Amino acid sequence: MSEVLILVESKEGSLDKKTFELIRGACVLAKDLGTGASAVVVGDETSALAESVAAYGLNKVYRLEHALLKDFKPDAWVAALEWLCKQIAPKIVLISQAFVGREVGPRLAYRLNTELTTDCTGLRIDPSDKGLIRTKPIYGGNAVAIVKTAGSPQIVTVRKGAFEPAEAGGPKSEVVSMAPPLDDSVIRVKSVKTVEQEVVELDKANVVISGGRGIAEKEDFEVLTALAKALSKSHGRVLIGCSRPVVDKGWMSSDHQVGLTGSMISPDAYVAIGISGAVQHLVGMIRSKKIIAINTDLGCNMFKVADYGVVGDYKEILPALIKKLEE
Amino acid sequence: MKELKIIVCAKQIPDPEAPFSNVSVNVEKKEVVVDAPDVISPYDENALEVAIRIKEEVGGKITVLSMGRKVSDTVLRKTVAAGADALILLEDPAFERLESRSIAYVLASAIKKIGEYDLILTGRQAGDWDSGQVGLILAELLGIPSVSLARSIKVKDSSVVVEKLVPVGYEVVEAGLPALVTVSNEVGELRYVARTKMMALLKRPMTIPKWGTKHLGLSVEGLKPVQLTELCPPPDMRRECVFIEGASPDEKAGKLATVFKELR
Repeated sequence: MSEVLILVESKEGSLDKKTFELIRGACVLAKDLGTGASAVVVGDETSALAESVAAYGLNKVYRLEHALLKDFKPDAWVAALEWLCKQIAPKIVLISQAFVGREVGPRLAYRLNTELTTDCTGLRIDPSDKGLIRTKPIYGGNAVAIVKTAGSPQIVTVRKGAFEPAEAGGPKSEVVSMAPPLDDSVIRVKSVKTVEQEVVELDKANVVISGGRGIAEKEDFEVLTALAKALSKSHGRVLIGCSRPVVDKGWMSSDHQVGLTGSMISPDAYVAIGISGAVQHLVGMIRSKKIIAINTDLGCNMFKVADYGVVGDYKEILPALIKKLEE
Repeated sequence: MKELKIIVCAKQIPDPEAPFSNVSVNVEKKEVVVDAPDVISPYDENALEVAIRIKEEVGGKITVLSMGRKVSDTVLRKTVAAGADALILLEDPAFERLESRSIAYVLASAIKKIGEYDLILTGRQAGDWDSGQVGLILAELLGIPSVSLARSIKVKDSSVVVEKLVPVGYEVVEAGLPALVTVSNEVGELRYVARTKMMALLKRPMTIPKWGTKHLGLSVEGLKPVQLTELCPPPDMRRECVFIEGASPDEKAGKLATVFKELR
């Protein structure tokens, strides 16, 4: 059938934003290949999601449905997707580079005896052999690799923002129910419980104020919070972010982390306090409209990417700034 | 209970936190040139830290495996200084820039040669190619359960209990041993190793086995390098920074407040 297949993801029962980008990507690649694009919805109850995806003009929407596919259990999802891919033999498989894709991608590719490229920011078809040319940032973003691999299907995980989101339209897709032959024996990792925590959605902030290794003590984040409060009176939603070392120290939970393995955001303003600017952090915030850096080290990389810089100690600057903002 | 055998896979890479001004791309040779010393990939250090904590709690033996075209035992001896019991280097010219499945294949061969193991820990991804594949493929090759993105790991009887990161918080999962877990930075940094301790260890004679394709009975033809067609410099991220000057923090803060007011 040699189609382009995408894995649909949902959030709170609706299609996840990342899925719209994959739909667009699949359509672009399918056109260049002269084939069709399809989607697979995985779960224990897939009808509603499949109906939503079917409005996007894809060829087919596969409903991969089984009681064991309730919630995301990697063992069951990998087994089901392996089975589906062996049934329909897609030419290309696209999965979002996020929580599900990070876990499913490598295992699925291994089982299909093919080679995965993760975290691609660009994809195109090689006109000479119809292979998939993958653009992948490496060394945290310090270089960009163009990679091709043998093997079928051609499988990749795709970074958020690689394609514009698709819009609904076109003929309604054919919805195909597929019942994977799963049993309990595929589940080798048992879920005991899920602990929900309050998570910040940094991508919804107008302004993000982040602290890094230069923040001396955990308590100092209180002054960042005070600045956020002062700014929120005039600047919309202001949230607190951080760089990886702050999470390593246990001062902040990982939902606050900005960068390659955290959130990739583009707020109106990003305020980097005591962040030297390792490239893994920069790739997460470089698309901010304005970048303001406060750091004691004039030579640090954050100043090279900032619009405004203040060389100085945040302990002196921030309290004074809060006072001025409140005047 | 018999002694718990933990294997930690640790990759030697150029310091991923080197400032971007110290990193350049040789387009012709398709090479990234990093002007900074090599280090152990940070997530692998996180994995080692968890291994040491488990050993402190329930006992056990930690073996560190490191693989590459050329692996430096001075970089890797830090793992022993921090608390690992043994170090094995997998070194061969054929190990240069392999794709993830081939890397996992070499590691699996080495682990089979070691023989007994209960728990394998790897970093969630390496700080150079950031692929995040080798650990999970290794588990598939060995036919053992895998859990990814751990923020905490405990060994209880003959199973491992992991708190893994999920988008809404964390999920507690359990798997029978032997198992493989990939570790995220939330577990915490590798403990501090005093320089004096490191120096003493470097002088101490130590048996560090070096295994290549021959020792592992691998054919070079079976190992595939990454098919890199092109390597490009990154998009330019630089902006023209306006520095806010002032005689006092107060003066700078005043000007900065004006910047914020103009942003609205």
